[in-house]
Amino acid sequence: MPLKASELAVGQVHEEVVVDNLTRTQIVQYAGASGDYNPLHTDETYSKEVAGYPTAFAHGMLSMGLTGKMLTNWVGDGRLTKFGVRFSRQVWPGDTLTAKATVEAVREEGGQHFVDLALSTVNQKGEEVVVGSASARVDG
Amino acid sequence: MAVDRFPVEAGHIMLFARAVGDPNQIYYDEAYAKTTEPGGTIAPPTFVQASAQFDPDYGLRPKIGQPWFGSGREATGVQRTGGGGGSGLHAEQHYEYHRHLRPGDVLTATSRPGETWEREGRRAGKMTFRETITEYRDQNGELVITARSVGVQTSRPVEQ
Repeated sequence: MPLKASELAVGQVHEEVVVDNLTRTQIVQYAGASGDYNPLHTDETYSKEVAGYPTAFAHGMLSMGLTGKMLTNWVGDGRLTKFGVRFSRQVWPGDTLTAKATVEAVREEGGQHFVDLALSTVNQKGEEVVVGSASARVDG
Repeated sequence: MAVDRFPVEAGHIMLFARAVGDPNQIYYDEAYAKTTEPGGTIAPPTFVQASAQFDPDYGLRPKIGQPWFGSGREATGVQRTGGGGGSGLHAEQHYEYHRHLRPGDVLTATSRPGETWEREGRRAGKMTFRETITEYRDQNGELVITARSVGVQTSRPVEQ
């Protein structure tokens, strides 16, 4: 169901749990689908002994993909015009992530309505792992 | 990165949607997808990152017959010289969608370097940021997605 500009208000929030107890296997799935086989993400031995991390951790792009799922669930399929993020903290196996979009502006440009969103995805400790913004076409 | 041919395929879209835990049937079921506003399967918004699969020089994929820096008999198959124990990480990713990708699209990707800057971080020491702008064009030469990526090289592992 597409969003309607007339029913959106600045400050309005949509949030979803986008992963509960992230598994190493899901990180492996992401490596296979995306083609990013950096052993930091899937190779415990390399990540600990060579790179110096406590364990393997998720691709930043997996946390962006999870955040994108919340976005497309809310704004609808094929409606995004912009989506950008900064990875502010690593995501680890066992993490539960909640992705949130907050309406920053509702605008009209050339007869087309858009919503601008601020994005924030946090882990189970409330720490921000992804911060960003997105824009989407909405109905009038 | 330069990719001469990135064929967007329905099976690949399905695998990618599974990997991000997205059960939206538009990524799995063409009959259902026909009933949606886009009128057919489209790719999830971060799918274009999988162009790495079609980049012959992509450094984060093992190459047949070549040493790989992940673990085997040893913790790494490639001994690094120098460096301070840090690693390359993805810092930012931004997409502008001119339209959404569909199975059957055949993309090319061309990249150019953007800005470079340095910052001293509390948790990672000296960080060097490098920006890359990538344009994805379809089989008709039309620009479909513009991507801006920022990578960071840290001088030590990020403290937790």
